[in-house]
Amino acid sequence: MIDDGITINKVLREKVGSIEFRMLSPELIKKMGVVKVVTPELYDADGYPIDSSLMDLKMGVIDPGLRCRTCGGKVRECPGHFGYIELARPVFHIRYIPLIYVFLKSTCSDCGRILLPQVEIEKWLERLRNIKKIRGTISRLAIIKAIVNKTKLIKKCPHCGAKQEKIKLVKPSSFVEGNKKLTPVDVLERLKRVSDTDSELLGISPAAGRPEWMVLTLLPVPPVSVRPSITLESGERSEDDLTHKLSDIVRTNQRLYENLSAGAPEIIIEDLWDLLQYHVTTFFANNISQVPPARHRSGRPLKTLAERIKGKEGRFRRNLAGKRVNFSARTVISPDSQLDIDEVGVPEVIAKELTVPERVTEWNIKELKEYVKNGPDKYPSANYVITPDGKRKVISDETREVLLEELAPGYIVERHLKDGDIVLFNRQPSLHRMSIMAHKVRVLPHKTFRLNLCTVVPYNADFDGDEMNLHVPQTEEARAEAEFLLGVQNNIVTPRYGLPIIGCVQDQITGLYLLTKTEDLFSQKEVSQLLAQARVTQLPKKPASRKGGINYYNGKQIFSMILPEVDYREKSKTCPKHQHCKDPRCKYSMVVIEKGELKQGVIDVKAIGPEAPKGKLIQAIINKYGDKAAVEFIQKAALLGMAYLQKIGFTTLLTDTDLPEEAIKEIKEAFDFAQKKIDAYIKDYEEGKLEAYPGRTVRETLEFKIIESINRARNKTGRIVERHLKQDNYTLIMAQSGARGSLLNLSLMSASVGQLSLRGTRIRKGYRNRTLPHFRWGDVGPAAGGFVRHSYKGGLTPTEFFFNAITGRDTIMDTSMRTPKSGYLQRRLINALQDLKIAYDNTVRDASGRIVQFVYGGDGIDVSKSDNGRLLIPKEEVVK
Amino acid sequence: MILPQSVEEQLKELKETLKLNKAQMEKLRKIAERQYEKALIEPGEAVGVVAAQSIGEPGTQLTLRTKWLAGATEMTVTQGLPRLIEIFDARREPSTPAMTIFLKPSYATSEQRVEEIALKILEITLDDIIKEIDVDLLRMRVEIELDPQKMKKFGIKEKKVHEIIYEEFKTAKITTGAYKINVKPKDEDIDIRKLYKLKVKLRAIHIGGIKGIKQVLPVKHGNNWIIKTSGTNLKEILKLPEVDIENTTTNDIFEVFSVLGIEAARNTIIEETINVLKNQGIEVDVRHIMLVADVMTNDGTIKGIGRYGVSGAKASVLARASFEVPLKHLFNAAVSAEVDDLRSVVENVMINQPVPVGTGLVNLKVEKKEDKKK
Repeated sequence: MIDDGITINKVLREKVGSIEFRMLSPELIKKMGVVKVVTPELYDADGYPIDSSLMDLKMGVIDPGLRCRTCGGKVRECPGHFGYIELARPVFHIRYIPLIYVFLKSTCSDCGRILLPQVEIEKWLERLRNIKKIRGTISRLAIIKAIVNKTKLIKKCPHCGAKQEKIKLVKPSSFVEGNKKLTPVDVLERLKRVSDTDSELLGISPAAGRPEWMVLTLLPVPPVSVRPSITLESGERSEDDLTHKLSDIVRTNQRLYENLSAGAPEIIIEDLWDLLQYHVTTFFANNISQVPPARHRSGRPLKTLAERIKGKEGRFRRNLAGKRVNFSARTVISPDSQLDIDEVGVPEVIAKELTVPERVTEWNIKELKEYVKNGPDKYPSANYVITPDGKRKVISDETREVLLEELAPGYIVERHLKDGDIVLFNRQPSLHRMSIMAHKVRVLPHKTFRLNLCTVVPYNADFDGDEMNLHVPQTEEARAEAEFLLGVQNNIVTPRYGLPIIGCVQDQITGLYLLTKTEDLFSQKEVSQLLAQARVTQLPKKPASRKGGINYYNGKQIFSMILPEVDYREKSKTCPKHQHCKDPRCKYSMVVIEKGELKQGVIDVKAIGPEAPKGKLIQAIINKYGDKAAVEFIQKAALLGMAYLQKIGFTTLLTDTDLPEEAIKEIKEAFDFAQKKIDAYIKDYEEGKLEAYPGRTVRETLEFKIIESINRARNKTGRIVERHLKQDNYTLIMAQSGARGSLLNLSLMSASVGQLSLRGTRIRKGYRNRTLPHFRWGDVGPAAGGFVRHSYKGGLTPTEFFFNAITGRDTIMDTSMRTPKSGYLQRRLINALQDLKIAYDNTVRDASGRIVQFVYGGDGIDVSKSDNGRLLIPKEEVVK
Repeated sequence: MILPQSVEEQLKELKETLKLNKAQMEKLRKIAERQYEKALIEPGEAVGVVAAQSIGEPGTQLTLRTKWLAGATEMTVTQGLPRLIEIFDARREPSTPAMTIFLKPSYATSEQRVEEIALKILEITLDDIIKEIDVDLLRMRVEIELDPQKMKKFGIKEKKVHEIIYEEFKTAKITTGAYKINVKPKDEDIDIRKLYKLKVKLRAIHIGGIKGIKQVLPVKHGNNWIIKTSGTNLKEILKLPEVDIENTTTNDIFEVFSVLGIEAARNTIIEETINVLKNQGIEVDVRHIMLVADVMTNDGTIKGIGRYGVSGAKASVLARASFEVPLKHLFNAAVSAEVDDLRSVVENVMINQPVPVGTGLVNLKVEKKEDKKK
């Protein structure tokens, strides 16, 4: 209980409207202080806190069992109370030194007025008071700086005519006027003389306080709960760094008192005074330049007030802008293709630990009683029961009988997580909003979180040991928000460019590609098998053919069964008919779906894959039938794709990278041709016959020509590879369907790695005039420049291998430097833009209500509701 | 209902491709209106965060290095992440200033004329037209030998060079001969160091062309020729009669600001950002980039994203303190008697209150029945 009888709980529930920042006055320090600290010792012989020491029980309690002598609260109840130290002599607050310096320089040493004529004072005062509130801080500081600069020019006080001596700041914290040192006492006197308006001009608003408060006469002592001591295993007490520092201050302060009253010599007093200044300085900040940091006995610098606040590990970024939470779990993830897309598999052990508070009503009391009866070790059960008056009771073998009796509507049961509960699922780094999505719980055996493969893309997860976090929303509001805003189905379309980011991946694509491409017919039995796996329980309406009393269906018909009734016309990634189809209007590369019936074309990444510019079919379904239908479709498509792939069998082979003799010969010819050409260029160059490109040197020109020849040869080999690969090449199928890999990867393995590039050029580093000792001096030919003629499968020569390693390392360096850089960029971007929101008048405004855009993006269209950034207009509706 | 311009354009496009008649057009418009209402962004949406994430998330995919664009036809331009950081930081000068100069139709088609123009704008210093420059220690002077060939290439007369040097070094004694110039400082105490300094100074003398244009390269652009430069001087380039003022650009945002104003600077930020992302094959909707550019240029000056720009200028003390250097902001707030109204996001996170965006923006008060009776 606080004095006025409001319980702490109630106080904390009030909404904070605003926070004012002011300076602390000595009066206030004294008023809020509950004890004057004078004793440097902390505990008596019994280990009991000494009165008027830094551990005085009036400042709050940290030991269980004791009660606070100010508010009577126990450990968790008492928020702690400030004490104060009466300083024997005033000292400077180190953080105010620059401002004190400004005041000393800009005010008269005699009369204390600001060094400006009256006219100027009025002029500046008006400007200062007319600053608008928004962006106020910056313009205020600018004006004050201008005022201070003006006063610098004045050497004689315009008010009393006194001549001004030059004042110097001797770092860290003393002032010298002429040859005389200004003690804090002198400074205090001078600051007291400065009038309120004058101090307003120099930067201290009268509302904030008085300039003399920058010199400390009283020092507030933070409550014990701010600096709790830890009891070590040995039973020894280890005090907080702040307590250490404070006891230094108290000790020095007491000695200074004693010496003052004993009338000790000036030198001793001054030494002690300086020491007090040092301790107070390091109490505030322990990393001030020219002040040796105060150290712990072990030599570790003490962590005092400033260090507690600052930096990534400081109060702001560690505890205020980000917080630790309960009802969360973390474990390794693994895939489960049978799970729904919006589900997450939760291990039973975790489900027993995480709970959902459920209010007992007459409709669920039977079920909840069952949970309580089960006791805490069984699943499903509950862990706690909360009575209507707010008491939390553990369910254990001893208490469960009693609780079972007691349970009635109005109670709350914290039951275990069960199937269908809404939870938030997250993988770091959380780079975009799809990094946290709401899933439905599915309690499963074993110890990993399970997720559907389609959701791997937005999380950017794989299963090589990745871990993910899970959070359980505890209120109805939170659950509703999670389900309807953060749900997987609400996040299919990314707001980055307005196309699906959730879709089929890898084998799922390959499967559907092959299924829709094949001309094979499937018997009714086979079709039933496939469709059942995709959770479809109907057969296509009309069989493609009928033979021997059995109905046969084709692949396109099977695929059509999972489609809702949509119309779709888009080109596929590659033309399924001709391998090297270059005709953009080739009709075979057109995918045509009419009324949910795949009439023509093949399904590949462009239709069902995630990430731009793919997933057009998913987009079409969302547009017509909404998110739910799209989730269902993706789910079925994934299952069907995999079912088909399992039926026919699919792998990747070493022989996928085999090339026929003929192709190998062609590749050799291409390279020999290039080599010959390059040799000719080099010869020309050496004989000085090579003509430079305009604006380039001859050497650069040679370089361009070599690169050009090499590139041409490489492109040629690419085409050769493409031409000679058989259509049943598994790796090629994966590349063509867009499931994984590319033709380039394939030709890297089978034909030639080609030119390696380091920092955008051929490899040039190494020895004098050559890249490796295996080459001649001045060798600029392909091999010496990092050209790898061989393929990964065929094997590289030692020099090729070495060059390959060089670029490999370079790539690793690049990635490891890039991640923190782009992370910082994103932090800055988010910090700068986080307050922008759409106001009710559809303008974009910042936190102060200033308009940033009159209409969002110029047209007010939400990217995640758009079709790749444009308004979605269903053409069919018009033409029809 | 009034549809935004972008939608109107889309409708026009559809009309042409689908060859719609009037009745169909009307139907299309109806559909578009319905769809537009559906696609409209909702009040409360935290568009800033979405924009920041949309640009920041693909950041890991950007390359770190400044890339040379291979081939004889391009020149060095900072690309990828460093360039993106440069743009958002609002650095005074880009690390690789460059211009793209478009020419008026009457000049743009002829390669020869374009090359002439290119040579005309290229900054020429003395260094570019000399055969040799030396310090003669015996006679204590700098000797210059001009290269007639180079001078002819750039179209510079010997007399003009003399005039410029006379003008620049009035205090020196200058003797000239056929393609030879000797410069001797007049003051008595000349030492070797001074001579060498003079030599450096002489080499950098501006002889012709436009200052700042370090390199020129005519490039084929569709049917026309354009000039790419390294180095930029928008103000002078725009004065040339041959230049197509509307399309010519520079990548120096501050230069655009000073020459063409804040709106143009905003567009430059957008264009440059789009360029960087497009070059790396990353798709980000323009709306996000527009929002960042608008925030940066909102108050009529260009502010960077970060401590010294947007984040440092926030009204809320706690918001500033939570980003970087918290102590500075707290002490400033104390002496200025600042009040934090807790209107932005972080402060409310700090004190465990709903944030004023999205669903947290909604204030719904339910009047209880018994209250009503009173």
